[in-house]
Formats: sequence, C-alpha cells, structure tokens
Amino acid sequence: MAIEDDVCVIGGGLAGMTSALRAAREGARVRLVSHKKSTLRHASGLVDVLGYTPDGELVAEPFGALAALPAGHPYERVGVDAVRDGLGLFDEVVGDAYYGDHTDANALVPTHGGTVKPTARYPESAAAGLASDPRETLLVGFETLTAFDAPLAADHLDAAGVPAATRGVTVPFPGAFRADSRVTRFAHALDRDEAIETNAGTTGARRALATAVDPHLDGAERVGFPAVLGDDESSDVRAALETRLGVDVFEVPMGPPSLPGLRLERLFTAALDDAGVRRTTGNPVVDFEADGERIQAVYVDRNGQRAPFHADEFVLATGGLVGKGIDSDRDGVIEPIFDCHVPHPDDRYEWFVDEAFGDHPFARFGVDVDAELRPLDADGGIEYANLRAAGGVLGGADFAAEKSGSGISLATGYAAGRAAGEAV
Amino acid sequence: MSDADSTDEFEPVEVFETTDMDLRSGSDDCYKCSTCDTSCPVAEVDDEFPGPKFQGPEQWRLKRKEGHEIDDSITGCSNCMRCDDACPSSVPLSQMHNTARGEYVESQRFGREALAALRQGEPREALEIVRNGTDGLVERVRNRVLANYRTSAWLASKVPWLANRAMNFGPARWLMEATLGVTKEREFPAFADQTFREWWVERGGAHVGNPDKQVAYFHGCYSNFNTPEVAKAMVHVFEEFGYEVLVPPQKCSGTPMFANGMLGDARRHAETNVENLAAAIDGGADIVASCTSCSMALRQEYPELFDLDGIDSVAAHTYEAVEYLRLHEDLEGELAAAEVDASEFAYHAPCHARNQGIDRQAIELFSDLDGATVEDVGDSCSGISGTYGWKEEKYDYSMEIGEEMFEHMESADGETGMTECPTCAMQMEHGTGYEISHPLELLEEALV
Ligand SMILES: Cc1cc2nc3c(=O)[nH]c(=O)nc-3n(C[C@H](O)[C@H](O)[C@H](O)COP(=O)(O)OP(=O)(O)OC[C@H]3O[C@@H](n4cnc5c(N)ncnc54)[C@H](O)[C@@H]3O)c2cc1C
Ligand code: SF4
Ligand code: SF4
Repeated sequence: MAIEDDVCVIGGGLAGMTSALRAAREGARVRLVSHKKSTLRHASGLVDVLGYTPDGELVAEPFGALAALPAGHPYERVGVDAVRDGLGLFDEVVGDAYYGDHTDANALVPTHGGTVKPTARYPESAAAGLASDPRETLLVGFETLTAFDAPLAADHLDAAGVPAATRGVTVPFPGAFRADSRVTRFAHALDRDEAIETNAGTTGARRALATAVDPHLDGAERVGFPAVLGDDESSDVRAALETRLGVDVFEVPMGPPSLPGLRLERLFTAALDDAGVRRTTGNPVVDFEADGERIQAVYVDRNGQRAPFHADEFVLATGGLVGKGIDSDRDGVIEPIFDCHVPHPDDRYEWFVDEAFGDHPFARFGVDVDAELRPLDADGGIEYANLRAAGGVLGGADFAAEKSGSGISLATGYAAGRAAGEAV
Repeated sequence: MSDADSTDEFEPVEVFETTDMDLRSGSDDCYKCSTCDTSCPVAEVDDEFPGPKFQGPEQWRLKRKEGHEIDDSITGCSNCMRCDDACPSSVPLSQMHNTARGEYVESQRFGREALAALRQGEPREALEIVRNGTDGLVERVRNRVLANYRTSAWLASKVPWLANRAMNFGPARWLMEATLGVTKEREFPAFADQTFREWWVERGGAHVGNPDKQVAYFHGCYSNFNTPEVAKAMVHVFEEFGYEVLVPPQKCSGTPMFANGMLGDARRHAETNVENLAAAIDGGADIVASCTSCSMALRQEYPELFDLDGIDSVAAHTYEAVEYLRLHEDLEGELAAAEVDASEFAYHAPCHARNQGIDRQAIELFSDLDGATVEDVGDSCSGISGTYGWKEEKYDYSMEIGEEMFEHMESADGETGMTECPTCAMQMEHGTGYEISHPLELLEEALV
C-alpha cells in the first residue's frame, strides 16, 4: 500500500527508460518497474530512426520520409518534433559515446552478417567503419567466435557494392581461451590488458592482438573487429590497437549478447540514477487496480505473492511480441497487463503470409493509440485516462523491416514521458 | 508465452515431467542468446567453468540424448542465481543447476553400491567401487561440513569463547585447509555470547501483543548465532510499528545445502520450516526474513525443488523484512521525519536480492533520511556466494570476483559497509576491513 509515486513506467527497455527520464524532468517522482533488464543487451547498439519505407525502399533522409508514413504509424501519431526531441534526449544521455547527430542523413554501418544498415546514431567505436568511407578495409574475425565470419562478411560487403575494397581474415584470439569463450571474456581480457602467453613470450592482451593482426594488414587503412574490444575501457583498448597497428580501428556491431548494447544500457541507467528515477527490476507486472477510468495501482507477482505500486500516471512500455508486451495464442492477440485492445484479424491465417520474410501482419500487431499515446479500445475510445503506451508495444509499424525500433522507442517514450510528467 | 501469464500459473514442480527430474520444458525455452553466460561471475574468472547455458539447458539436452552423466563442472556454480535474473526467456536456470548438482552428488554415494556388491559376493567389484568413489571424498566431506553450518554453529554457540579462539587458531586453520580444503585465508565469523533465541527467551518473547498484525520471523542461522544484533533490530523495528513478532521453531533455510547438492538434507530442514511457518500463516501471520538468501529460499527454491504441504502458501507469504514494512507501513514518511547521527555507508546489493526485486531498496529508502548517505557500490557479485568462497580451491576466484566491489567500496565516501546478506558482509569485511551493518540496524537507529 505504501509504495507511491507520481509516474510509474512499466518496462525497462529503451522506451521505458526514455519515458522515465523525460517524466522526471517535469519534476515528477518516477518509478520504473521492469521484469527483466533492458533488451538493449540483445540489440546491436545502433539507433535506427527509419531505414526503409513501409514499401521497402531504402531511406537516405529519415526526417523527409516520416511525413509520408500511413496514419496509425507511431511516428504519425507523435509527429516529427517528438522524433527530434527523442533523439535530442538520447544525444544528451550518451554524450560523445555516439556519433551521427551532425546530420539528418542516415549513416551506413556494416553489420556482422556483412550487410549495410542505415542508421541514425552509431557508437563512437563503429565510426571508423562507415560503409560510405572509401578507405581500404580489413575485417578480422576470431576462430573461437563463430558469430562473425570475417571473410564471408567481407565478401558480402563487396557484393553489396561498398566503395571500399574489403578483405576478411580469421585469426586465433591470442592466449588460451575456451573454444566457446564468451564475448565478455575477450572484452575483459582487453580491458585489463591481461598477460597472455604467446610464442614470443608473455605480453599484454592488447599488444598480442595487434601482433596477431599486423601481418595481415597488407595496405589496409582501417581494421574492423567484432564488437568485443573492451567493456569499461573500450576507447583505451581501441586507441592501443590503433597505435600499434598504425591505422584506424573500429567495431562491427554483433548480435546478442551485445557489448555496445550493454554499454548503452549503462549510460541510460546512470542517467536514470542521476535523475532520481527509482528502479525496481526482477518481477513482472501482472495485474492492476482501476477506479472507473483511472488506474490506481499495478501489481507485480513473485511466486504467487502480489506487491502493489501506486501512481497517478502510468506508461506501458513492455515491448512487442519479443519483449512480451504483446502476446498471442490460438484465440487472439492480447496486451496481457491491462488487456488493452490489439487490433488483429479474427482469422489466424490472416496473421501471417506464406513467405518467411514476407510482409507479415503480425509484425505490426500492437496497441492502437491517440495522439497523446493513450491506448484505444475497439470503438476508438480511450482505455484509461492515465495510461499511455510507448515503444514496441505500439502497433502500426514493422520495426524490424523498417529499421525503426530505437527511433520509435525514443520518440514515443519522450512524448509519453512528457505527457505523464505534465499530468501530475 | 507471456511472462505476465506464466507467472500467474507459476507451478515450478510441474517442470519435472517424470520422477527423474526432466527439465525439458525449461530447456526448450532457451534460445541460446548467451545472455546468462555474460552475467555469470564464476564463468568470468574461471576458464574451466562452462557457464549457466551449458550447465542448464544444454546439459539437460545432452543427458536426454546420450545417457550423459552430469558434468563435474556443475560443482563450480556458486548458486548466485544471477543467470536466472538475466535470462530474457525465463529459463529456470538455477532450478536446473540445483537439480543437476543434487543428482551429481547423489551419483557419488558409493557406499551403498559397494555394500550391495559385497552382498552379491563380488568383493573385487566392491573394492573397485570404493576406490573410484573415494576420489574427491574429502571434498565431499568438506562440503557437507560447510553446508551444515547450522550444526557447527549450534555446537560453537554452546561455548562461543572457545569456538571463537579455536576456529581461528593458526595451526588448526592450517590443518583444516590441509585436510579439508577450507581456506585458511578467511577469519571465521565470531559467535555471539548469547544467541538471538536465548535473548528472545530471556526477554520473555514478544513485547507487543497484536492479533491483527503478526509476523513470524525466520531469523536463519546467521543472525541467531553470529549477528543477533540484526535480529534484535528487526524485533525492535517491527514492535515500533505495532507488530506482534513470533519466532517459530526453525532450521537452516537450506541455501548452503542447495549450493552443495545436498538436496536430501535441505529437504529435511525445509520440512520443519514449512510446517512451522505454514502453521504461523494459518494463524494469521506473514513471514519475514532479514537475510535475502533465506527469503529467496522460502520464496523460490522451496517450491522449485520440493513438493511439501503448505509450501506455496509459505512462498506467497514470505517477505524480506524491510520490504514488508515498505509495503504495509508508511516507512518512507517515517524516515523523512527521522534523523540519525551523520553516517555514510557503502551499500552492496546481494545477488539474491536481485531476483526478489529489492536490490535498489536500501538506496531508495534512505535517500530521504537526514544524516545518512547510502551509496550503491555497483552491481557486481561480492564473490563469496555462501560456502563457495570458503573452499580452498575457490578462494582466489572468489576474491577476483569481489575485486570490483572492493574497489567501489574503497572509492565510495562511506567507511562502513551495508548489505542484507551475512556472507556478502563477511566478504566485504574481508576485502576492505570495513565494519558492515544491516539496513535494519539503520532503521532501528532512525525509528526506535
Ligand atoms: C535482437 C535485437 C536487435 C535489435 N537491433 C536493433 C537495431 O539494430 N537498431 C535499432 O534501432 N533497434 C534495434 N532493436 C530494437 C531496440 O533495441 C528495442 O528493442 C526497441 O526499441 C524496443 O524497445 P522497447 O523499450 O519498446 O521494448 P523492449 O526493449 O522489448 O523492452 C521491454 C521491457 O519491458 C519489460 N516487460 C515486459 N513485460 C513486462 C511486465 N509484464 N512487467 C514488467 N516489465 C515487463 C521487459 O522485461 C523489458 O525490459 C533490436 C532489438 C532486439 C531484441
Ligand atoms: S539467457 Fe536464457 S535463453 Fe539465453 S542462453 Fe541463457 S538460458 Fe538460454
Ligand atoms: S548461479 Fe551464478 S555461478 Fe551458477 S551458473 Fe548461474 S550465474 Fe553462474
């Protein structure tokens, strides 16, 4: 009964953290309640606004393309200014750890699969690797890190027509590591510059790595590694490698678990702590209490025990089908906490199309909202006067196909957080 | 599957599809993202330890397909349960590790098998079984001694002055390391002259009677034998809020036994605990614990591992003590009006507080208390994990894991540590030389 706040944000992903930060700026006392940690640790660490139109066309200038999005798309709901504001908040949180704020154009960043991804903000560590840069490139993979096949990625990039000549090589990561070593193990060895046994005697991990790569340089003007170059000390690690190799060094964003994602999560949690946002993580919200039109409290569950969190305003930022903010079973598609209406065809066979990578309706499933981000019921009425939704839980966008995941989370998180904070 | 729904129907015992503890459904939920591996503090420092993903889902898959034996490496897991918290897919990792460890330890009981062979007139085979079985016997005896801390502590509490001297007597410690593999690097915790239960009887039990507000205190071994001041603070604070405190008969929560694969022992203790706590719940009380590993055991490990009458009710009615007050009283309001002598604390959140969602609680609560500053020293594991850091072969790893916490403590303003977990407290003290206090003690100072 006694845990009370002004604003309670449910969900600790990028959308939830952005909402919480923004609401705190209004002077509200904010709590972030999340089941799991942010899904940023699975994400690439790249922040996309809009990479492709809903029709699949590559977007060079996302802000120009936003106006053409269909009604019901989250960007259409909040408007272009919220997108700029959301990115502005992001830029403040990350400081110089991210690049891309100098232009409205998308940058093209090579990914670990050898594709080129249009993105709005990229980690400083990826900056020297931009695909638009014509400098000759060497990609280095490690034998024990099968998730990045450097020669294959280089071939793909070449085939994609990047301006730079790109080669790939696979080397053993120096030192005796397990065959299935975790990415954090490499990162921490480099962070601490651990002593490593090599044929030429014992040396620090950074020097040993540079020595292993040096013979393959062969005129390359920059070298890309999988994103395992340090965790806490990543810029020192990169600087040390650059000094020894005499060329620029960059990281290629990887799949989960992702160090750039972890680093980004740390920047956001530090900002939350600075803003005085109270964080409660570990148990899912499963239920709520409402008094007519307003939600009074939400309940988290732990092995059958229910603990209430009271607030005046609530933000639902529980993610989409992957983040578990939207759920489906044979009978339908639901939003499991408040049972907000999720528009979807009655017939299950209309939820997807036959081709695996086709334009699946289910990818756009999510709650429908008004311009203030309040979820709407089946008749277009407001579900609850003090509930707003942000991020992946919103319908109307295919985040993965459009490459718009983080941008939508930032824009709608910003708008929902501001509105919730102003309302108290 | 939605998490919101799945917890609604939380029925962990169902995970065992057969009597030989088939954890397949949990294993199927794993999509191999490796997030658990990156958050495992042991895998971080011990290259021999393959990590939670292997220990849990992969090992279960292997076992089903190839009649594979549980891998020795399972004994490397410290049961910190950070992997549980990390998994986005809610794979019951620590439950898998606990059952695997139980099975591993069980498979090493060679005595019965050898006897059976003898009875069948196969002395050679019996001898062979004994020979194979005695490998690692000392380690197993040692684990048993460490896991049954309650028994040694009970003995020691009868003659605390002697125990305190003998346990930390140099040559004795050397002998313990040489023969039992209990590291000589650590100081044994001092035993109090008077246990909490002795104090409780001497003061004549509860000073507040209140049939409408009752809590049954699960004090656990440590605050009974070693830090009764924490238990007394808990009583004083709850009585201040008008609660009638009950102290039902109880045994060890079982935490050190789970971590050493001694599920049989743990179950025996759990039976007593569940019986007495369930009776208190029937009488109208909720259960509170001052140790986060104890509350974790009652809330999560019991229903995951055992099927006892009343176990779900105990899980659903158990709270960490400060959490309970926060939910039921205006603790924040009381603290905002209170004041303490200037004091600065370096706070470490125990791993077992994390899964209960209370790892930020102390920081949050004391932020408005005049006089006190409580600074979070980061989210690393302290490294001791109950009995783990007491094992000679694990001591160095344990200190390596704790390194980050020690550094953060040193750079924090406070010169006193604070945590809810008694073994974390031991490690914090060992690594920094700081005195360590419990949030309940600060609450007592502020409110009583
Ligand atoms: C593998 C992967 C790769 C990605 N790559 C990119 C990329 O390259 N570029 C890009 O821009 N974006 C990318 N994204 C998307 C981006 O990182 C975010 O996932 C997206 O912005 C959605 O954020 P969100 O905050 O809405 O939801 P999520 O990040 O899904 O967070 C939802 C949060 O809600 C919590 N939650 C769910 N249910 C409950 C409940 N009942 N109670 C309490 N808490 C609950 C979850 O534990 C989680 O913390 C990627 C995502 C993934 C998963
Ligand atoms: S975090 Fe969960 S899903 Fe991911 S590898 Fe570990 S057990 Fe599997
Ligand atoms: S319980 Fe802790 S030590 Fe054991 S596997 Fe999980 S994270 Fe690692």
